Amino acid sequence: MAGEVTALTMPKWGLAMTEGKVVAWNVEEGAQVAAGQGIVEVETEKITNVCEAPVSGVLRKRVAGAGDTLAVGALMGVIADASVSGNEIERFIQEFRADTAGAAATEGEALRTSSVTVGGRPIRYLKMGEAGEVPVLLIHGLGGDLNNWLFNQPALAQKHTVYALDLPGHGGSTKEVGSGDVGAMTAAVIGFLDALGVERVHLVGHSLGGAIALNAALEHPRRAATVTLISPAGLGTEVNVSYIEGFIQAERRKEMKAVLGRLFANPETVSNEMINNVLKYKRLEGVTAALGTIAAAIFRDNKQALVLRDRLAEVTVPVQVIWGKQDSVIPPSQAVALPAAISVHLLSGAGHMAHLEQPQEVNKLIERLVASA
Amino acid sequence: MSKKSFRQAINEALRDEMRRDPRVILMGEDVAGGMGAAGEQDAWGGPLGVTKGLMPEFGRERVLDTPISESAFVGAAVGAAATGLRPVADLMFIDFMGVCFDQILNQAAKLRYMFGGKATVPVVIRTMFGAGFRAASQHSQGLYPVFAHIPGLKVVVPSSPYEAKGLMTQAIRDDDPVIFCEHKAMYDDQEEVPDEPYAIAFGEANVSREGEDVTIVAIGRMVKFANEVADKLEKQGISCTVIDPRTVSPLDQDTIIESVEETGRLVVVDEASPRCGMASDIAAMVAQNAFKALKAPVKMVTPPHTPVPFSPALEDIYVPGPSQIEAAVRAVME
Repeated sequence: MAGEVTALTMPKWGLAMTEGKVVAWNVEEGAQVAAGQGIVEVETEKITNVCEAPVSGVLRKRVAGAGDTLAVGALMGVIADASVSGNEIERFIQEFRADTAGAAATEGEALRTSSVTVGGRPIRYLKMGEAGEVPVLLIHGLGGDLNNWLFNQPALAQKHTVYALDLPGHGGSTKEVGSGDVGAMTAAVIGFLDALGVERVHLVGHSLGGAIALNAALEHPRRAATVTLISPAGLGTEVNVSYIEGFIQAERRKEMKAVLGRLFANPETVSNEMINNVLKYKRLEGVTAALGTIAAAIFRDNKQALVLRDRLAEVTVPVQVIWGKQDSVIPPSQAVALPAAISVHLLSGAGHMAHLEQPQEVNKLIERLVASA
Repeated sequence: MSKKSFRQAINEALRDEMRRDPRVILMGEDVAGGMGAAGEQDAWGGPLGVTKGLMPEFGRERVLDTPISESAFVGAAVGAAATGLRPVADLMFIDFMGVCFDQILNQAAKLRYMFGGKATVPVVIRTMFGAGFRAASQHSQGLYPVFAHIPGLKVVVPSSPYEAKGLMTQAIRDDDPVIFCEHKAMYDDQEEVPDEPYAIAFGEANVSREGEDVTIVAIGRMVKFANEVADKLEKQGISCTVIDPRTVSPLDQDTIIESVEETGRLVVVDEASPRCGMASDIAAMVAQNAFKALKAPVKMVTPPHTPVPFSPALEDIYVPGPSQIEAAVRAVME
């Protein structure tokens, strides 16, 4: 819209992020940018990612330069139509700074997880966004937690209510996992939706979370609006059990760094903070036992115990499968020869964590499937 | 998970372990209240309130006020540990080690070795150290390297509330005598600490920042200063790794050596006296193992080799702080 000026602000990726560093701009001042185009690279203690243009227009001003560190919510750049005068842009910048001098700091603190009781035990979750009719539910994989969706949840929350939860045995949820199998995890997820009074969701699951999402759609067909499976378990028997064992056994920093590197196409993605967070999680009482119980329930003889591939056709809602081509935990070959109704997307430059390594692409695919439903 | 102080974090670890294991007892001056006087139940919770609330939950059977006689109650704690309990004794100030040192150095530290592994001494001695409290020369020293010198003792110097809770849990579960050194200026420091119990392994350093130019090894309260300096210098183009050894005995030599092999520069920050301290020990260890990797002489940031001054102006100069650390990092970069 002519005359409208839009602020490009330091995003908040993850609960702990309070500031980020501008690494590099991908576009010059005065260049035309499209909504969703990655225009500036931002580095946090956790990870580096590309920040997208919130709207289409001209990048009128790069307020922050490469190397600058900004608080979450602080102004990085200004996007406006070419018809807006330079004076108006300057005034916008001055006013924005005056308005948000205090607000930027509080925005850095604002994300707070909540907890509900499911079967008498706590399940931690993070809710973002209020828009849309049917919420999106993000389910992480073995050893993960709701922070794995730090690049996806804020983006999806612009148009939808988005929940990310910690499965039993993970993050801030109960460390009691029952039998630890996909059925028990599915029951916990459905119990979570019941506790929140949410009828239907767009299911998005990664790895073990993928098997849980698929199983939930099969066992509770009325609860699923669409199903997005990212490097999912449950589509074949093959799995890199040595990775799983390495993750469960690694106690020292050095071992954990090597293990986590195997999750990514580019092992450099593993930051110091990522390693420290996983070590902190693994130290919590009950975690090693919980992971052991889950692993024993979902793997048998170095293979996946539950394969739902033959039942895919029973799912009547739209299903898509997203897989990193360099996935070395679950082979992307399991995405071959699926029922024709299922769209399959193999992503370059991604390993087992496509949603962290290629978030723009993954977010786009989720948006598209959700919109089709 | 919520924000907790250093004091609360240690209190939580004590409480969790006392609930988990009936053999865990506390003893020390004023840990339960006043010396048995009526109306003095749980009045203090130890000199700085760390054990407050534990006597009402666990009773005077397990939370024992002792006379002001360190030689007696530290000796009693060592004996109780050797015969089946897991006592946590509060030595109040580390400066008081002098009056109970035989119990620690010749008894607690030696029994397991001299009995061929058939005896264990699972005692924890909590003690406060550090300057900056206007408490003068006899209540301000950083004597942990003296304990680190003695084989058979494990010596912990936590750098934050998260670290303190996990390291105290490990200290109580450990079968060896552990000297747990709490900096007295840190009790009100706050950070996110999980509600659940967790143990942090001894002998594994924490790497709180990873950088390319300089390795800073810092201990206890100095870790916070080192992280502040690393954050500041990062924005000016100097990238630092910050290593907190967590336990000065056992010392995680591998993490330090491997980091220096990458950065080629080392700054060691230690609040103990410079002679025969952790800074000189770590500097020597690196010189011996990674000499070829060094691009600059190792810098030690420590107080001067003097008693801690009582004059506030002098005490402020005595304690190393961010400006000394920054100057040292800049010096090794030249």
